[in-house]
Amino acid sequence: MADYSWPEAERRAQIGARPARLDGPVKSTGFAKYPSDQNPQGLLAAKILTCPHAHARIVGIDTSAAEAMPGVRVVHVIQGEGAEIQWAGDEVAAVAAATEEVARDALRAIRVDYEVLPHFVTEADRDGAPDARPAGERTEGDPDAAFATAHRTVERTLGMPQMAHMCLEPHGQVCSWDGDELEVHASTQAVSTLGGQFATELGVPASQVRIRTEYMGGGFGSKFSPDRWGIVGAELARKAGAPVKLFLERDQEVTVAGSRPSAFARIRASADEQGRLVAWDSDSWGSGGLPGTGQTPLPYVFSRLPNRRTRHTSVPTNLAGSRAWRAPNHPQACFLTMSVLDDLADELGLDPIDFLERNLDLTGRADTYREQFAIAAEMASWKERWQPRDRTREGAVHRGLGVSVHTWGGRGHSSNCDVTVHPDGAVEARIGSQDIGTGTRTIVAQVLAETFGLELHQVRVSLGDNVYPQSGPSGGSSTVGGVTASTRRAAQDALREVLVLVAPRLEAEPEQLVAGGGRVFVEGDSSRGMSWREAAAQIGGAPISVQGRNPGPGRLISSGVGGVQIAEVEVDIETGVVQVERMIAVQDCGLIINRRLAESQVYGGLIMGVGYALYEEWIPDPVSGRLLNADMEFYKLAGLVDVGSLEVHMMTGPGYDERGVIGLGEPPVISPGAAISNAVANAIGVRVPYLPLTPDRVLDALAGRGGPA
Amino acid sequence: MRPFGYAAPATVEQAVGLLAAEGSEALAGGTDLLSLLKDDVERVDRLVALRGVAGLSGIELDGGMLRIGAMTTLQELRDHEDVIAALPALAVAIDGVASPQLRAMGTVGGDLLQRPRCWYYRRGFGLLALTADGRSMVAGGDNRYHAIFPTGQARFVSPSSLAPLLVAVGAEAVVRGPAGERRQPVEALYRAPEVDGERENTLAPGELLVGVEANVEGSRSAVYEVRQRRALDWPLMAAAVSLTGSGARTERARIVLGHAAPVPHVATAAGDVLAGQELTPETVAAAADAAVEGARPMSGNRYKVQLARTAVRRALGRAAGMEI
Repeated sequence: MADYSWPEAERRAQIGARPARLDGPVKSTGFAKYPSDQNPQGLLAAKILTCPHAHARIVGIDTSAAEAMPGVRVVHVIQGEGAEIQWAGDEVAAVAAATEEVARDALRAIRVDYEVLPHFVTEADRDGAPDARPAGERTEGDPDAAFATAHRTVERTLGMPQMAHMCLEPHGQVCSWDGDELEVHASTQAVSTLGGQFATELGVPASQVRIRTEYMGGGFGSKFSPDRWGIVGAELARKAGAPVKLFLERDQEVTVAGSRPSAFARIRASADEQGRLVAWDSDSWGSGGLPGTGQTPLPYVFSRLPNRRTRHTSVPTNLAGSRAWRAPNHPQACFLTMSVLDDLADELGLDPIDFLERNLDLTGRADTYREQFAIAAEMASWKERWQPRDRTREGAVHRGLGVSVHTWGGRGHSSNCDVTVHPDGAVEARIGSQDIGTGTRTIVAQVLAETFGLELHQVRVSLGDNVYPQSGPSGGSSTVGGVTASTRRAAQDALREVLVLVAPRLEAEPEQLVAGGGRVFVEGDSSRGMSWREAAAQIGGAPISVQGRNPGPGRLISSGVGGVQIAEVEVDIETGVVQVERMIAVQDCGLIINRRLAESQVYGGLIMGVGYALYEEWIPDPVSGRLLNADMEFYKLAGLVDVGSLEVHMMTGPGYDERGVIGLGEPPVISPGAAISNAVANAIGVRVPYLPLTPDRVLDALAGRGGPA
Repeated sequence: MRPFGYAAPATVEQAVGLLAAEGSEALAGGTDLLSLLKDDVERVDRLVALRGVAGLSGIELDGGMLRIGAMTTLQELRDHEDVIAALPALAVAIDGVASPQLRAMGTVGGDLLQRPRCWYYRRGFGLLALTADGRSMVAGGDNRYHAIFPTGQARFVSPSSLAPLLVAVGAEAVVRGPAGERRQPVEALYRAPEVDGERENTLAPGELLVGVEANVEGSRSAVYEVRQRRALDWPLMAAAVSLTGSGARTERARIVLGHAAPVPHVATAAGDVLAGQELTPETVAAAADAAVEGARPMSGNRYKVQLARTAVRRALGRAAGMEI
């Protein structure tokens, strides 16, 4: 059995280095062709007609005028007479036409008669919800007794609304049929599994569906399935006998293609005189649109809190179903928990870091958090600069600091990777994974280069195609562990085959040989060696090709990480405007393959975090049931000038590296909402109970009003 | 996109003639109108492109008299150092349009006459957004960005970045029509529609805003916009002030709110409070309170009353060069 492992720190040339992403130049110059950039010969444009009502029954649909329009090739009814529509934006019909303009005009020519039915879209109002239903209750210990004898208790009602994924490249695909073979250029997070889903829906063998995603413009958890528009796009292409491009319009993207569930809760928490958490009671609710939503993990991180009761109510609404959003459930649980704990620390008269540290035994990774608190506090000059909450109303601008902690798993998914060594020394990997913007292409190349002792430009990585070996969907921070492990195993095996052939030439045993610096040589005696090219020439005529898998032998990956973040804000108490001045993130993720890309993940998480902390929310209209901000005008994203100074510290070295590779996409986006909310509370002396922290909510809190959710 | 005609006149006379036909609409920078057409919110029979019309663009500063052609871009105005020196508040108003593309393409006339951003209007419910039985969708729905001074059923806000300042400094709009040229105060360009289908400006068919003129000498002006984001975003509230008077005493004060009403809202009472007064924290606070007298916020925009007070105070502070 081979020993699959990562090289020791002093022997790493690539792993832990900071190379720029390999596809940076083609992306920044526009040469990278995204799925929505694909324009095959004879392409038709498709558009989808959606229902304008949040709840309605289709009583009639007439497509004849659209069908008669010049340039219209196919009109396809998705939901016909009698269908009950449950959210505004649900798909009713689709048109494939010569141009986008004709397709849009054709949609307008389709006449649909609706019987409009009552709707409910404001889930913050649990009591007004027609279909609210209990979704779990659990008690540990004796919370009532613990509350009765507690030293200090706080009770808060808090919440955060549904928000959109807002992928810059909307959902969609280009479908082309060649006979009964389908090729789909899809903007997806799941290259290897998507084909089977298309095949099932379309009634063709999975072997006849090709999925290609060389690049894609963002998914964040919302792009795992073909979706209805994928199947419709393939059907339109089949009927038209021509390739069809179908990407959602921006309003559709915001309305139906991805939202994060809301979370609200009335929470009580208590501590004893030593500042130890002793009791917790949460009555939570939330919505993920029509399906409602399950419980977020409360209390978050401090999950061993004794004496706790949690209840949850699922609130279905007439809104499109939610999707996994970067770190599903964690940002909500983090905000709800850390806000209450921060208020409790204030009630106890404790520095919140001190308070959280007193309770670290209630978490799963006390040592990591303790170390991270120390580093984050140092970076923020917390000891010198943190002050108890500012309850004065003097001056307009008030500054504050806030802290939060989070956790995530991040174990590598199943993955297969083919590594081929050619007799001329060329090395390549083929892997049915996808680079969703995280840098997967680059880190696979680094693993190859590290293993064969080559430079990055000497190896080649092919991904984003389901003809390559199956690799898992990119979700839950599972990709980096999966692809690096499968690649490393394949590369180590392939190298070993080369070394076996080279060993006699160097009068050594294969086990004595190492690859490094573009050479193969006897360990400890680099004079006994040859160039990589010479070594590869020993292969003879046919290349060596080896498949590596994950899971597999050897300790290459693990899971479970912690992170601490500190936010510094300025709040204008005369306008309620919050400005993030600084975000500090301390994060571990085991062995880091690429420092630059790892930091980039954290920067991205912080930027998204500032977005949902301050700006982002779905705004459904109680009157029409439609989203009022299904655009990029009033669905507000953080601009670069809005995110403040972002400072990242990655935990590396002994204690971290030997854990192997762990995913990083999710964790850094979990804490910003809580840390920023806590910083605002620190700045203005009162909790703003709802995210995002918009001026109206801040002013309401300052005025002592609960304010609108 | 529905088919429409396109005319590219070379002279103001031709443009006015073309605009007189029903269904004609002037196309200036095109930063918004084309989107409204694509989204089927507005329909036109013919666009009359102003880009090639002679004499519509340009800036003149003659003594204290400032003349700006309607097709002058926001960036051209921002780059005119003498104008900015004479009226520094213009820089604040223009910089609020935090997008180089919009400043480069957007025009002064387009800014003044741009259509409201009301999300009901933009979703095809009409400017007044009334239900079939005549109820206001805005009042019953989400009105966080709407008017605190609604007029009848008009609850949208005037979005112009320049109008509050131009109204505050007493600028005149120069309008050409079939009957020739007329001048009117900039605030007279605006009205609150009483029925859906009516426009929010007072231009008659065939009339074209060709420029604005203002005397920018002898007054101190300032703009303060409350912005949630520094990146491109609409202000939540804006105040423009213009003060005349010698020494510490204010002779006359004009205070105008943007994003507060369906028209640039002239806060007459607030100006009256300051007439003949020195600017002190007390008089400024009294003016700020007077500026929101009569405000009728709805279910979700009460905070904008507070923003209006703050914006007025801070604009006055800026104009007076003092921390207030």
